[in-house]
Amino acid sequence: MSRSILIKDGRIIDPRNGMDAVSDLLILEGKVAEVGKALAAPEGTLVLNARGLVVSPGFVDLHCHLREPGFEEKETIATGTLAAARGGFTTVCCMPNTQPAIDTRATVDFILAKARSEGAVRVLPVAAVTKGRTGGQLVEMGELAEAGAVGFSDDGDPVADPRLMRSALTYTRPLGLPVMDHCEDPSLSGGVMHEGKVSTRLGLRGIPAAAEESMVARDILLAELTGGSVHIAHISAAGSVELVRRAKAKGLPVTAEVTPHHLTLTHEWITGDGTTEAQQPAANTGYPYDTNTKVNPPLRESADVDVMVEALREGIIDAIATDHAPHTIVEKLCPYDEAAFGISVLETGLGSVLSLFHQGRIDLPTLVARLTVGPAGIIDHGGLGLGTLSVGAPGDVTVFDPDIEWVVDVERFSSKGRNSPLHGRRLKGGVVATVFNGSVVFEGSREAVTDGR
Amino acid sequence: MNLARAVEQPAATLRAVPSGNLRRRHVLDLEDFSPEEIEEVLGTAEAMREVLARPIRKVPTLRGKTIITLFYEASTRTRASFEQAGKIISADVINMTASMSSIEKGESLIDTARTFQAMGTDVLVLRHPMSGSAHLVARHTDLAVINAGDGFHAHPSQALLDIYTIQQRFGSLHGIKVVIVGDILHSRVARSNIWGLRKMGAHVVLCGPPTLLPADVAGAFGLEGLSVEVNLDTAIRDADVVMALRIQKERQESGLLPSQREYVRYYQVNEERMAMAKENALVMHPGPMNEGIEISPTLAHGARSLVEAQVTNGVAIRMALLYMLAAGSENE
Repeated sequence: MSRSILIKDGRIIDPRNGMDAVSDLLILEGKVAEVGKALAAPEGTLVLNARGLVVSPGFVDLHCHLREPGFEEKETIATGTLAAARGGFTTVCCMPNTQPAIDTRATVDFILAKARSEGAVRVLPVAAVTKGRTGGQLVEMGELAEAGAVGFSDDGDPVADPRLMRSALTYTRPLGLPVMDHCEDPSLSGGVMHEGKVSTRLGLRGIPAAAEESMVARDILLAELTGGSVHIAHISAAGSVELVRRAKAKGLPVTAEVTPHHLTLTHEWITGDGTTEAQQPAANTGYPYDTNTKVNPPLRESADVDVMVEALREGIIDAIATDHAPHTIVEKLCPYDEAAFGISVLETGLGSVLSLFHQGRIDLPTLVARLTVGPAGIIDHGGLGLGTLSVGAPGDVTVFDPDIEWVVDVERFSSKGRNSPLHGRRLKGGVVATVFNGSVVFEGSREAVTDGR
Repeated sequence: MNLARAVEQPAATLRAVPSGNLRRRHVLDLEDFSPEEIEEVLGTAEAMREVLARPIRKVPTLRGKTIITLFYEASTRTRASFEQAGKIISADVINMTASMSSIEKGESLIDTARTFQAMGTDVLVLRHPMSGSAHLVARHTDLAVINAGDGFHAHPSQALLDIYTIQQRFGSLHGIKVVIVGDILHSRVARSNIWGLRKMGAHVVLCGPPTLLPADVAGAFGLEGLSVEVNLDTAIRDADVVMALRIQKERQESGLLPSQREYVRYYQVNEERMAMAKENALVMHPGPMNEGIEISPTLAHGARSLVEAQVTNGVAIRMALLYMLAAGSENE
């Protein structure tokens, strides 16, 4: 572990500064010191040879579940941030559906202290909108912002009451922080997967796309009414994207994120025939009713996936966010109806979204932008310098090989959450090194896996 | 087939039926059955029906085999007919229901199933209110599993007995028009029949109130041999078989139906409507019936009704399934 690192001969992609060139990157005292050709390093500097690799600002995840405090059997700040480091994320925003919920300064302080002492990467808490996430009374938003919350969300649940959502947006407007809404009309929902041909065939209760779209529409109207910033969490339905597109065209303060699974997987995966075009060819290890495919919002149709990819490319969707949701085996080894919603994503996210690059649907600089400057722009308004390699920015760097092939093995995850439908699947593209604040926090294999291991 | 030989050498007798297709370990749904496999089940059931016609209905076929029926939902005919089927072919049948087991103490489905596996159970017959439960047990235990109904998903032994009953009356299912009427959305019987009837050459029409029809039927099942019609008077024209499904009271309470009265008016299968079907058209119902609601009482018990034949045939079909799975289990 060194505080001075020289990363040599990598393809540096820094979308914030419009850079995409082979160059060297020097980090001194935990901060970006210089970017340029043939840089010299002070004595004692750790030198990483990045020839043939991509050097990116450390990825920023707007949406993950670290489960601590309260659900340490699923994940802890220590294991979750290690998983983040393995996945190339140097900043993760943790959602407040903990026990207790992140609704007081004390809980924010606890998480930040825990992250400092045990965390592998930077943790930025997202506070609840309402006390206990019950949809009742607003949290003390001013004090929580002061304590370090970077946004507000009752994630896992929507802010169902429109009057309360209006208040939250009005109150947060001067704070400059977004309200991140899990858009799902609870009375239209009540299912366990996307409503459509697959739910009909499998006899599972469906969640119609309209359950998401109607609340996205409401939130956009309230953003217009109040001027407060709405961030649409894990957008999944084509109709929602259309609404966001129109809102952005009107200049409304609306942003959106999409998960790797909603960019690559469809509801067909629940039949066990997960052979979407977005996936690298691999032996089909799927089986019907695999509860690891149960996620909210649900995996949708290939037409929705295509719209997500295109909107991400265009920038209508600002960021890729993992919605990393680790669960124990007990919560997944049960009938589909009973299983918990959520996928363990941090360690597979990059490999999944790089399939879009390999298919020629999104170029590398755009993908990197949606993992770095895109999300950073939503939670970091200049203070932290996240998502860029500008001189003076934190020494957060992700070095990845877009072509390395590997097979997902959940038993080797750092996350406690082994709940991935990608287990046994081949991915192309993986993290070679993750540097956080000038320290190497993960160093991966540079050898491609060519057999079934 | 010779009855005496069926008793002395049931395995040899049953081998006369086209064999080699039922190489499966489980019966989870009819979606993955080939028409030949269904034929083999029907042929085996035919041999079993001869046993049922004997004065002493007992053959030693599955002596020493253990079958557990594990039911998480109330059931009369399915549970009793699996039990009777197992006992006639001399298997030891243990019946478990959720209320009299450790399920009451919070034991998970998988742990309960693993317990039975450790006891050396040959076949588990599972009824569960959640779709995919039988797949779950089949995947995570070594048990041979017969799905006796999982949520809204599948009820393969019911569809097989329906196919068998129709074949008995019409000789073949080829070109037979079967109208399934009622709550298709929540019906595992409808789903298994959609797969099974069409594999045997029948044309299936799904008919019910628009709120009780599932999304994207065409995408789910394919439209070959399948259509959807919300008007029963239209659907029933030229029908050979009309199958009424049970309608549950909760559907009104949850806002899916205006009233029972309106359902009866537009969707009850009764004599007047059957007059629009083919002259010799027959009526089926998987039971339990709400007589006077989805089916008129006189029709349910009249000359057109196959309801009792369905129950009798259900025993033969379940004998066949248990025989085909349990007799195969020693060959592994």
